[in-house]
Amino acid sequence: MLRVFRDLFRYNREFAAGTILVLIVLSLVVASFFSPYPPQDSYVVPPDVPPCWAYPLGTNSRGQDVFWQLTVAIRNSLLFGIAVAFLSRIISLVIGLVSGYTGGLVDRVLMSINDTFVVIPLFPILTLFYFMMHDHMSWTLLALAMASLGWPYDARLIRSVALSLRNREFTAQSVFSGMSTRQILLEEHLPYVLPIVFSTTMNNINWSIGLEVTLSVIGFTNIETPTIGTMIYWANQHTAMVAGIWWWVVAPVATVIMTFIGLFLLSVSVNEFIDPRSRLARMGV
Amino acid sequence: MRTYARYFLRRLGQFVFVVFVGINIVFFVTHATPVDPVEQAISSATQFGHSDPRAVEIMRKALRELYGLDGTIAQQYVRFWTRLATGDFGPSLSAFPTPVSVLIRQSLPWTVGLLLTSTLIAWGVGNSLGGLAGYYRKNRLLKAVGIAATGLQPIPSYIMSLVVLILFGYIWPILPISGGFQMNVSPDLSIPFVSSVIMHSILPVLSLVLITIGAWFVGMRSLVSNIVTEDYVVYAELAGVNRRRILTSYIMRNALTPQLTGLALSLGAIFNGAIITEFVFGYPGLGTLLVRGVNSGDYSLVLGIASISIVAVATAVFAIDLLYPLLDPRVKVE
Amino acid sequence: MDVALSVRGLRAYYLTSHFGVEREVRAVDDITLSVEKKEIYGIAGESSCGKSTFIRTIAAAIRPPLRVLGGSIRYSFLDRDLYDLDERALTDMRWKHLSCILQGSMNVLNPVRRVRESFKDFASPHMGLARSEFFEAVKAHLKRLRLSPTVLSAFPHELSGGMRQRVAIALATVCRPEFIIADEPTTALDVVVQKDVLALILEMQREIGSSMIFVTHDLTVHANISNRLGIMYAGRLVEEGSTRDILRDPMHPYTRHLIASLPRIGDVTPKKGLSGAPPSLADPPSGCRFHPRCPLAMDICRQAHPELTALAPGRRVACYAISPLVQPAHDAAAAHQATKADKSAAFLQ
Repeated sequence: MLRVFRDLFRYNREFAAGTILVLIVLSLVVASFFSPYPPQDSYVVPPDVPPCWAYPLGTNSRGQDVFWQLTVAIRNSLLFGIAVAFLSRIISLVIGLVSGYTGGLVDRVLMSINDTFVVIPLFPILTLFYFMMHDHMSWTLLALAMASLGWPYDARLIRSVALSLRNREFTAQSVFSGMSTRQILLEEHLPYVLPIVFSTTMNNINWSIGLEVTLSVIGFTNIETPTIGTMIYWANQHTAMVAGIWWWVVAPVATVIMTFIGLFLLSVSVNEFIDPRSRLARMGV
Repeated sequence: MRTYARYFLRRLGQFVFVVFVGINIVFFVTHATPVDPVEQAISSATQFGHSDPRAVEIMRKALRELYGLDGTIAQQYVRFWTRLATGDFGPSLSAFPTPVSVLIRQSLPWTVGLLLTSTLIAWGVGNSLGGLAGYYRKNRLLKAVGIAATGLQPIPSYIMSLVVLILFGYIWPILPISGGFQMNVSPDLSIPFVSSVIMHSILPVLSLVLITIGAWFVGMRSLVSNIVTEDYVVYAELAGVNRRRILTSYIMRNALTPQLTGLALSLGAIFNGAIITEFVFGYPGLGTLLVRGVNSGDYSLVLGIASISIVAVATAVFAIDLLYPLLDPRVKVE
Repeated sequence: MDVALSVRGLRAYYLTSHFGVEREVRAVDDITLSVEKKEIYGIAGESSCGKSTFIRTIAAAIRPPLRVLGGSIRYSFLDRDLYDLDERALTDMRWKHLSCILQGSMNVLNPVRRVRESFKDFASPHMGLARSEFFEAVKAHLKRLRLSPTVLSAFPHELSGGMRQRVAIALATVCRPEFIIADEPTTALDVVVQKDVLALILEMQREIGSSMIFVTHDLTVHANISNRLGIMYAGRLVEEGSTRDILRDPMHPYTRHLIASLPRIGDVTPKKGLSGAPPSLADPPSGCRFHPRCPLAMDICRQAHPELTALAPGRRVACYAISPLVQPAHDAAAAHQATKADKSAAFLQ
């Protein structure tokens, strides 16, 4: 297993690039635990100082060190993204696998519901949700709301994997050779399902962080918690761009773009590696 | 023809189902939360100074009626649906007494315009380039475009719009970054107005195109590189059929149908992207209206927009569904 | 020339380098054969013996990682080697002089276009007729294959498998090409349809007077259709002769085994399978590739592979044990080291 990753790293440029980007982001997250300033405090350093040796990413108008703010922000955003991805993974796995393996009426009903959720535009609903919750809004609640709306796309992918697995000859063979259902699922099918789960998790993390940023920027979340989105929110509140405090905006935007591209590259390269056709295409060209 | 009628009915059923589930979710969200919008509105109205309890009571009753929240849950549910059917959400609180439906009707064309233009451009250009990239694998230019597209694809709507805003608003300010048209131009079909509209829509359209084009390019490219190995393509190449004809008639045509499905499935996401982009650029569509509504505690407006969004996207998906069998003769119109 | 196709010393390998691992699959290794005009030359052999690669090579349907590394291919209707043609000349000659009937003919038609579009794309540029005349000719041709002209306005999925197969044959023969390459055209069909299709192919070939290479692993099909037969094993030709000679009197141990395993009416002796497995073409056995499974293997078999030698007019065998006339191929060892010159570079897509 490790050898596979090592080979991927060495020969697949996307995987290597993705890993490096993600590692950079993760190192920022680790650094966040060593922040000398409590993240929610403001006016602990002189405000509006451009990037220099003392403050590598400058300070913002609220008197916070942008670099240390950023580390905490990316940590929170990432945690949020992972939490949502984890929760929605459970839903999409259950629905996708049940749908794919059972087939028939159950499959059709589940997929109708699935397609309905795919079509429904999320932003107005989440906005409405925020509107109703107002001060009662919390991160956990938001995570739950997003998880319950973000599973359909992945559920369909997992279902198609389950469908093809169910119909493959080696499944019938395993059944005939007397393997128990549990054995079949774990030993024969899991290696096919895991890569899809991995790549959809990466995509889901991207999606939830994206949505978090959007909602925070408009001020629809708890803006006291430092996240990428809330950082941009405060920057907008203090009209940072106009005032020339560009580092306040650029730092979180650049970091989050790095995160997105990194995770995306990982998901794409693992996906491509697993699909034998694309592997052959690589060899041919 | 009869089979198409059946297909039409099935798709119509799906459309109704989607709207039904969506509106139910909206209803659920607005009624299952511990916050009562009426109390909220009252508390924000009475927070400055003392109010006569009778006046508050009258206000409460008025608001209840306005919001359709009087009576039992069942009555509220029925009223909810009738309101949706008639398109009447009551007056907007922030722009009292303008009805919500009027506000929505003013904003909707801007959103639809933005959506149509950017989706057509992104889908058309993205698919064409992706198709070429999938077929001419060695072409350096297409490879470079591919890398750019892969880089663009994961970036969410807000960040992309923000980046475009920063680039063209502060670093290279050559285009207007807010509003739908210039303030001092009167909105009629005159050249200054139309050109002003176009100028103001360039950046939002650009943002939305950049947001969505990556996915189409990458999807089409991988689709085409799979189709290229199909028997009928290999055979046509063996027969020396004109390469351009193979690309259009054999490859692209066959890739079109899955991409159309993809379009239908991602319309919800594209719509999301559109209203977020609108909000960033202050474009006078549903996005800006929505945020304004939330910030001013305008319950009817937010409700109205949420409901209309669902119906709009469901309609668009329905329209695409109807196009489908016309493009792929294999679709069993069962 | 009386020879429709002359192949000399053809060598085509799959060269891959991926994840740091280099592989060279010697799918077609030094094949020399000739096809006479108006004859049907059959190629038989088990799966992964290189027959399909050979077909692709002579049809100029090379795609990386497949590369032609050596040898020559001369058709009677061309004035130079196949791989010396430029792109334009190649496209011109395709379908007009050289056409193919492939395995999986079910799927060779564009699923989103009607059948008549395929005819227009494939045949019209070569026949130079006005549109209505062209379709008249096509309909007449279809009639010969017992297909109704309504087939033209149908979509492929609306036709049955057998009909699609016949449309594919019609498509391949409508330009009356001098050479037809058939690769397992009847393998996916049931026996009854198979008989019909084979009869049709034969009829068409006789009428047009084209030469054919017919590839199938099924010797019973060869018995019905091929005039001459070439047996392939692990990328090499091991025996060649008239179909009747080979079926009656096989010489090479591999051929003997193939013939012996054919069921005969009244024969109830149990059949024994060959020991071992078909060799990997990436790392084939040294010398004669059949030696690990051969009951007659000798020392020399391990050292150098035998030359395909003519033991009688029209009869060639590559086996030391059959005749002392068979000698080690003179380019045996040097062959693969030689030029990795990529003859197919012009065709890389």
